[in-house]
Amino acid sequence: MPGQALIEADGLAVGYGGPPAIDGVSFGLRAGERMALLGPNGGGKTTLMRALLGELRPLTGALAVHGRCGTVPQTERTRLDYPVSALDVATMGALSRLPWWRRPSREDRRGAQAALARVGLGDRADATFGELSGGQRQRVLIARALVQDAVVLLLDEPFSGLDNASAAALEALIAELAGEGRGIVVATHDLDQARRSDSVLCLNRRQIAHGAPAAVLDRPTLEATYGGAIVEIPGGGKAILPSHHHHH
Amino acid sequence: MLEPLGESFMQRAILEIALIGLAGGAIGCWVVLYELSYAAESLAHSIFPGLVLAALAGVPLLLGAAPAIVIAALAIALAARAPGTSRDVGVAVVVTTMFGLGVLLALSPDSPPGVEALLFGDILGPGDADLIAAAVLALLLPAVLWLLHPRLLASGFDRGSARALGLSPGLIEAALLVLLAATTVVAVQGLGNLLVVAVLVGPAAAARQLTRRIVPMLFLAAAIAVVAGVAGLYVSYYMGTAAGASVALAIVAAYLLALVVGRLRTLRLPPRRPRAAATIG
Repeated sequence: MPGQALIEADGLAVGYGGPPAIDGVSFGLRAGERMALLGPNGGGKTTLMRALLGELRPLTGALAVHGRCGTVPQTERTRLDYPVSALDVATMGALSRLPWWRRPSREDRRGAQAALARVGLGDRADATFGELSGGQRQRVLIARALVQDAVVLLLDEPFSGLDNASAAALEALIAELAGEGRGIVVATHDLDQARRSDSVLCLNRRQIAHGAPAAVLDRPTLEATYGGAIVEIPGGGKAILPSHHHHH
Repeated sequence: MLEPLGESFMQRAILEIALIGLAGGAIGCWVVLYELSYAAESLAHSIFPGLVLAALAGVPLLLGAAPAIVIAALAIALAARAPGTSRDVGVAVVVTTMFGLGVLLALSPDSPPGVEALLFGDILGPGDADLIAAAVLALLLPAVLWLLHPRLLASGFDRGSARALGLSPGLIEAALLVLLAATTVVAVQGLGNLLVVAVLVGPAAAARQLTRRIVPMLFLAAAIAVVAGVAGLYVSYYMGTAAGASVALAIVAAYLLALVVGRLRTLRLPPRRPRAAATIG
């Protein structure tokens, strides 16, 4: 079932000029694989994504990315008051294939329209981006990555702020896109989402663990990843108790 | 209504404000969307010493403004690199220094009278060179903006992902600042050092109240700039008010009107939420 290798990282360290922000990262991602990226805020998830996009060069180690990576940021970062339609945003994906003096053609806009239809928003192409729901905005940004011909999709906490129905619909779409042979990396804090992935990478300034969810998502690994104790929440679920929290 | 059109100086003034309005309205949309209004005002103020030196030397103001804006841009870049200095502080220090230098030159005993024209513009007396410069700007700027449009739009929408889309956000912003500088240098002749920012920000801010799409916003902003500019000239002609200030106030009035119209339209539009909620996702 695993397809060809899309990402190969071996002993990767990446930083911003000073000491490495992440160190000792080794993992592979194959076509059709969904990998969850777990870690606390500031743990290096964004740094790893920027390295995968080619924005940061490895300080040490090796990183090979076979094919184009498309990024799907949190929609809070994109400006909701910006005067663009869903189709305008999806069409932006075509720019990565064009020299700087070329404008997207009608063909490119047709491709963007098809990508919107692919993510279930064919009838919302003319809607203003900021007026769409959170889940719809995520889909538009996925469509932008599809227009880019991205074989690896990097999603930054795509489920945050979504209601259960929207999150389930988005997760189903992501599974479909993986089924078409794309590699998917999802940065998340949601352990249940991580359990449903093919693999999990735990990151807290260094790689804590990488492997199948059943092998990785145990209490010691998660406590090492988040730097605190895991407590049961009344009514179900788990939460991470930060290590600086004192019990009395 | 047609009487002012019979006057040669009004014909030239209307032509000048229309050309400046076309360019200022269009570039202003990107100034507003990239939140560069403060930069626009700062650039205008920082060219003051260049304008004064050009006036003292008796050469076209353009020849003084162009090097001054380059010096100001370099000084801002250098000042922002000083330890513990933010970009905002760098801009404030450089602009104050440049403007102060300009005032010092303008108020020296050797300076000829007429500093008001540099501060508030001389929209009623553009020379042939000014009109040609404005015409070249009004022709070239929309063409360059058309070329850069998809990249300006993409980088402004989501700067964090711009590199992943094959864009260089720093280069795109630098190109925008160069275009803004060129527009300022030409428009400052008509509207002066203190009022030029009105045509760079006001029409675009007004247009933004009236549309949710960038292309209509560009056309609306240019149209508002031209109409408000000509209206300001008419007010000045019939009421004997200062022309540059009348134009600036007419633009502000257009903005306030657009604000009211925009609010009313928002209130009268059917709520969109139910439709969005009907689709899962």
